[in-house]
Amino acid sequence: MSVANAPTGRADVARAVQSIGRANAVRGVVIVALFAIAVFALPHLAGADWVTTFTSVAIYSIVALGFGILYGRVGLISLGQVALLTIGCWVGARLAYASSLPFPLLLLAAGGVTCVIGVLVGLPALRLSGLYLALVTLMFAGATTVVLSVTDFPNGGGGFTGRSAADALTTSTPAVRRPSWAVGDVAYYRYTVIVAALLFLLALLHVSGKPGRAWASIRESEPAALAAGVNITLYKLWAFALASFVTGVAGCLLAAQVGVPRAITFQTQDSLTLAATALIGGIFSIWGAIVAGVFNQLLPFLFQAVWGLNPNFLLIIFGVGLLQVLLTAPGGLVEQFPKDMANLARLLFHGVRRLAGGRGKAS
Amino acid sequence: MIEVGDLTVRFAGVTPIDDMSVVFPGGTCGLIGPNGAGKTTFFNVLSGFVKPAAGSIAAFGENMLRMADYRRARWGLRRTFQTEMAIEKLSVYDNVAMIHEHSGAKRSSRRADVLAAIDFVELEASPKAKVGELGARERRLVEVARAVVGHPRVVLLDEPAAGLPDEETRRLGGVIQKIPQQFGALVILVDHDMTLVSSCCETTAVLDFGKLIASGPTAEVLRNEHVIRAYLGTEEQL
Repeated sequence: MSVANAPTGRADVARAVQSIGRANAVRGVVIVALFAIAVFALPHLAGADWVTTFTSVAIYSIVALGFGILYGRVGLISLGQVALLTIGCWVGARLAYASSLPFPLLLLAAGGVTCVIGVLVGLPALRLSGLYLALVTLMFAGATTVVLSVTDFPNGGGGFTGRSAADALTTSTPAVRRPSWAVGDVAYYRYTVIVAALLFLLALLHVSGKPGRAWASIRESEPAALAAGVNITLYKLWAFALASFVTGVAGCLLAAQVGVPRAITFQTQDSLTLAATALIGGIFSIWGAIVAGVFNQLLPFLFQAVWGLNPNFLLIIFGVGLLQVLLTAPGGLVEQFPKDMANLARLLFHGVRRLAGGRGKAS
Repeated sequence: MIEVGDLTVRFAGVTPIDDMSVVFPGGTCGLIGPNGAGKTTFFNVLSGFVKPAAGSIAAFGENMLRMADYRRARWGLRRTFQTEMAIEKLSVYDNVAMIHEHSGAKRSSRRADVLAAIDFVELEASPKAKVGELGARERRLVEVARAVVGHPRVVLLDEPAAGLPDEETRRLGGVIQKIPQQFGALVILVDHDMTLVSSCCETTAVLDFGKLIASGPTAEVLRNEHVIRAYLGTEEQL
């Protein structure tokens, strides 16, 4: 919230507010510039494989954003986020087969249904926290995986519940449609980035507003939040609703990206990897979610397609990374990296100055 | 005015508050007693975290025990805790605004009210500074600012000066003393620092093992031999 034009009449306060305003403006310009590069320049610089990977990065950034809202803001550990992604994907795919709704409405419907399910999963969170909540949500993720493999998700065929013949998942299965003006991979990548940006904006509005402050107070101490008159039930469920909504939208984006989503795409353990990468990226800043998306999707691609390594090694790297983050940089890479760069710059600056000084004396 | 009548709190086998009857007339009232005397339990009853076994509490004519816990902030009850509850990751402004948002006070006056509360506690740091970056005294001041924003009627301060050096405690006392006049709220101050209590509080009540052993004008209470004995042990031990 801005406190510009504050009627305090204190010069130092006014000055501080002014400098904060400037810092925000600089940050805004940087974010808009990065967004423009991501939308316009990146697809031209990268090949076709890269563009699909970047689309996945954007989608999983949204999923990490949902995890970050729950854990980073309210302190609720949910290990069922990839299950919610699956549900969004399922609803999006089935609705695409069953109806001729425009794509943005598919996104909203997938987000809405996932939101309702996410809130139901969040109900235990009103009583449970910590390890117990983590277990309950992990069980939910497991249950979703089981149900999907039993029902042979997603299986082509018409209608909402339609199934096609035994050889359903062949080339004859129709792909989940994409928006009419974003059918190609590059155009769909741009579409995904724009939707992701809108969802990040939605999260940012929440986090910097009244809900964000209420969540912070719940995370700090529930008794203190209660004493401050915060409706803890409402705000916890609100967090689950927002996190599930964005994850459901991401699921629908994923359905149209892969065209024919398969049950094998979603495994229970993915929720754990997601949690690990979200923590590595940085859980207290919503921008950490982008780093998490990169770790989650770009690194496996680099390992497999570019370097020819087994992507399972990544689990070890994530494990080590997680340990490192938990021990030395709880704010994650997104907080630590700028500090490290500033330190490096200072070191270089001092080094150069010393060198220059030394030469000055020598001559 | 807060009237407490025959208040008793029992936890399985323990009676942290035992038949306590006292009147907090207004202004700044001290509530003192050795560790475990029941001071924080009394605050928890006022906050609604603890349900008393018997007794009544009327604050400005309102039956507090009937009021749901989450409604009490809106009614005008504010409190601090022994541990710091100012949120480190939020700015000073957001910390205070968060209390204002749930206090039922008008949205249009939020910015002015919040900045006035920050000004009132004489915080030197910028309202935009993160609380986690402030020193101990400044964080305590933020807690006091949180306790006075948005039309408070009763302000409970639970050891606000714990861990502060004497000079800073004195300055904090100056701020606490001004709360009743500035905001029209009744302040109940729990602290172990007798200099702070005697400089801030016109009246003081003393608890010992859950029982009220004295109450009245602070200077008189602090001379009371029961009080001296409760604090310092028996005279033989002296």
